[in-house]
Amino acid sequence: MTTTAPPSAAPPEKQRTVTRPGDRVFAGLSRGSGILLLVVMAAIAVFLGVRAAHAISGDHGNFLTTFEWNAALTPPKFGVAVLAYGTVVSAVIAMVIAVPIAVGIALFITHYAPRRLGDVIAYVIDLLAAVPSIIYGLWGALFLVPHMHGLNLWMNHYLGWTVIFKMTDPDAPARSLFTVGVLLAIMILPIITNVSREVIRQVPRMHEEAALALGATRWEVIRMSVLPFARSGIISASMLGLGRALGETMAVATVLSASPTISAHLLDSPSGGTFSQNIVAKFGEATDFGRDALIASGLVLFFITLLVNGAARLIIARRKEYSGANA
Amino acid sequence: MKLQRKSGLRALTVGAVAITGAVVLTGCGSDNNSSGGSSSSSASSTSSSAGATTAASSISCEKGSILSSGSTAQQNAMELWVKNYQQACAGSTINYKASSSGQGVIDFNQGTDAFAGSDSPLAADEITTSKKVCSNGEGIDLPMVGGPIAIGYNLPGVNNLVLDASTLAKIFNGKITTWNDPAIKKLNPGVSLPSTKIQTVHRQDDSGTTDNLTKYLGGAAKADWPYPHAKAWAANGGQAVAQSSGVASLVKQTAGSIGYFELSYASADSIPTVKIATGAASPVEATTANASQGIAQAKVVGTGSDLALDLSAAYTTTAPNAYPIVLVTYEIACDKGNKADTLPLTKSFLNYVSSADGQAQLSGAGYAPLPDAIAAKVRAAVAALA
Repeated sequence: MTTTAPPSAAPPEKQRTVTRPGDRVFAGLSRGSGILLLVVMAAIAVFLGVRAAHAISGDHGNFLTTFEWNAALTPPKFGVAVLAYGTVVSAVIAMVIAVPIAVGIALFITHYAPRRLGDVIAYVIDLLAAVPSIIYGLWGALFLVPHMHGLNLWMNHYLGWTVIFKMTDPDAPARSLFTVGVLLAIMILPIITNVSREVIRQVPRMHEEAALALGATRWEVIRMSVLPFARSGIISASMLGLGRALGETMAVATVLSASPTISAHLLDSPSGGTFSQNIVAKFGEATDFGRDALIASGLVLFFITLLVNGAARLIIARRKEYSGANA
Repeated sequence: MKLQRKSGLRALTVGAVAITGAVVLTGCGSDNNSSGGSSSSSASSTSSSAGATTAASSISCEKGSILSSGSTAQQNAMELWVKNYQQACAGSTINYKASSSGQGVIDFNQGTDAFAGSDSPLAADEITTSKKVCSNGEGIDLPMVGGPIAIGYNLPGVNNLVLDASTLAKIFNGKITTWNDPAIKKLNPGVSLPSTKIQTVHRQDDSGTTDNLTKYLGGAAKADWPYPHAKAWAANGGQAVAQSSGVASLVKQTAGSIGYFELSYASADSIPTVKIATGAASPVEATTANASQGIAQAKVVGTGSDLALDLSAAYTTTAPNAYPIVLVTYEIACDKGNKADTLPLTKSFLNYVSSADGQAQLSGAGYAPLPDAIAAKVRAAVAALA
């Protein structure tokens, strides 16, 4: 959703240069691409809007506050409250875990690791991005869930007083929003690490050398010259990761035990759901109307993503030191 | 950038990951019944093609190609039948796309399908829509594949568990929470039941299996199952998993769990299944033969040539060896006004499928053959398709 104004591309660098046919073709092509993007986005928005309006007008619950999702009922009753909560909460957990680790890895690769080791780590991180999400789902369901159980019990015992780490049923398998968050964190690591690493590499050498010359330690260099310079880029990278976490479907559907409830206990096993998980779970047997209802829920996810991206752009716009990073 | 320089190695590794992924996926996907089913089918298909000229044979070949789609519950049966039919009849192509019951009905009512497969009979408004596709006729339901829904459990040390409708409803509704509950003890005298918590497992996705199980619970234990039957799971609590295969694997993984799926998943993963105390002399096991006995209790409620079944008598039956938790999937076709170019092959194929020979294929694949009385009605309805 990085649509800005259609580019008035390739302005003549020198005054009164001859406009060659190649320039005109290129300008036309790039303008065309820009317009095409807008048309495609508009078409998606119109499609979502029309189908969603049809579904919402037939909904006998409040679309925004109803917990259950049962579009096959007569009269149909469905709402996005649980889905919005689950989507946001699992994405937030993923971000809280993934961003510090990703930035840490990026800093390690660029500033601490020997060159060869850094290359290997960067390469392995890239590899994570190539694994299909259904594989993450299988790995999550067959490996992560059984192994999270011990950690969950530990957190329940020592951190139960925080309410959010309290388990209502310690015997249930760990198919909770928290496990989903951990899985999503692993899935979004590569994109955040990659972009952060590239951004951190762009920090001018002079900055760092100047700080070193003033007697700063390596950590002080990173804190005072690298991180401030790279901050907006890291935020952009995080937003890319967040986008993936918000929209992840198969892995969530495989690992989460969905239920039409909102619970503050993140470790509870039948709990919540996410937009994409709900769509994949309900799409198969849905009637025409049920599909419209699912599209309406997709529209809400569309808005949430729009809000998040808008907020990120605002943050980045306030820190313009490094403008090339809103990748 | 770095990536480019290493692209060769990277591509190699991506390929390796993809291959490993494919192996893992196919390993997981190759569930159930293909082995037992295919061996029996190849044997009988040769016999049927050899006997294609005799009067007793069920296949009278037609050429052409038809599209159909729908229920995944009858997918394995359909694959078996299509393979047999196409082997016997050169020049025929039957394409069954296992999408979902809902999609099957939608495809049928849009005129893309010669026939559709569905877990539940057509609803009133779907019949109205079907009149546009079937000139001078309407869509009818032909019961074709029956099957038991097995209740699988994982209880170390216990391999003979008996439950009845009411305890089953209370378990799935969260009213009975431990395995040594008095109600379960009473049904299993002499079995030492652990005090572990019961973990119920149900479907996360909308499913005809859920619909049929909740029909049974509502029909046989109304007082303990207050929810209307639906494709979406209604009760609170319990683990929600995608697909029958997911339910089966979570039950296998979790001690103290109980879940429901088609019988073939239980046999494929060797999960023990609950015997149901129906009031018959002895508790009834989930087998294909017992399911046929259960379906035999059903009444035809469709009007005209529509053969939609009412299974409620099956849910409460006390007949010996009649397994009560059954589902029936239908083929949906026009009674009149089928497309002229697909009608001969559709009739011929459905004729084979409903024949004694076609139905006999089913039990090898974990399905239940239709009881004779119902199968005879289906054959008559198929013969009358126009």
